[in-house]
Amino acid sequence: MTEGRRSLVGWLLGGGLVTSISSFIYPAVKFIMPPNVPEAAVNEVVAGKVQMLKPYSGAIVRFGNKPVLLVRLSETEWKALSAVCTHLNCTVQYQEKTHQIWCACHNGFYDVNGKVVSGPPPKPLDEYAVRVRGDEVVITRGV
Amino acid sequence: MATRGLETPQPGWLDERLGLSSIRKVIEHKAVPLHSATMWYYFGGITLFLFVIQVLTGILLLLYYRPTTSEAFESVQFIMTRVKFGWLIRSVHSWSANLMILSAFIHMFSVVFLHAYRRPREMTWFSGIGLLALAMAFGFSGYLLPWNTISYFATKVGTDMAASVPVLGPHLARFLRGGEDVGGATLTRFFGFHVAVLPGITTLLMLLHLGLVQRFGISSPPKLEGKPIAQMPFFPNFFLRELMAWYAALAMLGTLGALFPWELGEKADPFASAPAGIRPEWYFLAPFYTLKLLPSHIWVLEGELVGLVGFGLLAVFWASLPLWAANRNGLLRARWATGAGILLLAYYSTFSILGYWR
Repeated sequence: MTEGRRSLVGWLLGGGLVTSISSFIYPAVKFIMPPNVPEAAVNEVVAGKVQMLKPYSGAIVRFGNKPVLLVRLSETEWKALSAVCTHLNCTVQYQEKTHQIWCACHNGFYDVNGKVVSGPPPKPLDEYAVRVRGDEVVITRGV
Repeated sequence: MATRGLETPQPGWLDERLGLSSIRKVIEHKAVPLHSATMWYYFGGITLFLFVIQVLTGILLLLYYRPTTSEAFESVQFIMTRVKFGWLIRSVHSWSANLMILSAFIHMFSVVFLHAYRRPREMTWFSGIGLLALAMAFGFSGYLLPWNTISYFATKVGTDMAASVPVLGPHLARFLRGGEDVGGATLTRFFGFHVAVLPGITTLLMLLHLGLVQRFGISSPPKLEGKPIAQMPFFPNFFLRELMAWYAALAMLGTLGALFPWELGEKADPFASAPAGIRPEWYFLAPFYTLKLLPSHIWVLEGELVGLVGFGLLAVFWASLPLWAANRNGLLRARWATGAGILLLAYYSTFSILGYWR
């Protein structure tokens, strides 16, 4: 009987201790994790004037808080792709000499359609829709 | 009646209150084995000395540094161009960080090749591995603080690697970045880790490590076991030699800091492409180059994931060295440890050189 009581008291004290310590740690752990801050949904951005890029050149433009690679393939043809490398998150660049997209971090290559040509990137780059409205280049989410 | 010559000396005022005589007794009994590899014993102390330099120069940099994306780069620029000797203090801080990690690596490999990790010093090894991991975390967090292009992309890559860890990865990456992407919240966090969290944990672990070294004494190589080994008193003989080594390290730091000031680079622009020639600090070059070589897919798995799991397993394997380098009866498997040490050293140095040049 005494053993049983002793064991019960042990469990109660131990349980109380664990619960109280958990109640101290839980708020600290929750505090450490950053809150979800919803971003304003951006579906369309004006990248700039048509003249900002000459044919066969590319530039990084802002799409909300994401970088997008805008490439002018010819006088009339444009391409917009996510500029975030699918390997380890670096920002890619367009190479005018080879007409390929290159990630300097781990030497990944994509073609102008965003398809992986060589190197470690596991997936193609996401594509955005591009159209010319007057003398402005407009990028829209999704193709 | 005791004669005057045999009387116990009366403790001094401080002795009586601080118990200095017991500390003196411990130091007097401490000895360092003398053999052909004794010189490797100095690197633990050199690492400690460089850590102290890091703390001191870090405190000085704190007087001017501001951890926000709009001010971090400019504040470091201000330190380097306007504050008297600011360029030197920052340069010494950066050089000292690199030399500290180099010294810690030398210390670790000397422990492996002299088999000093063996029973009963397993916990000393584990705490040392923990300290090396903390030193690398110091390097990773401190690298971002100037908020320049290289450090920005290095942090993007580093935190994305953390995101690839199965199950916990996305939470870990969010915790490190302070949000979805590397930005102002990441800089503030890394600053907090670098100047408060890591120094606190490192100090505690270092006390444990030094306490264990004190508790078990300095190990002799197993080939000398059972033979009479000459000993050098720790104080003052070894201590004075160690001081000379520290002084040499300080001279090297001053020379490197003055002749090769640490560059600041360009301010980070989250909307700029990663520049050509981007690479991390030298001690992350081997995994960096390995990830470069891995194809996009290995069988059905992404190459990056395979690489990360491989690095994780390698780290666990290496950290648990004292456990597999002895058999069930506690007998040393010296060749296994030496072989693994040579292989790791060969991989790390070859891939670091290739990562630097390619």
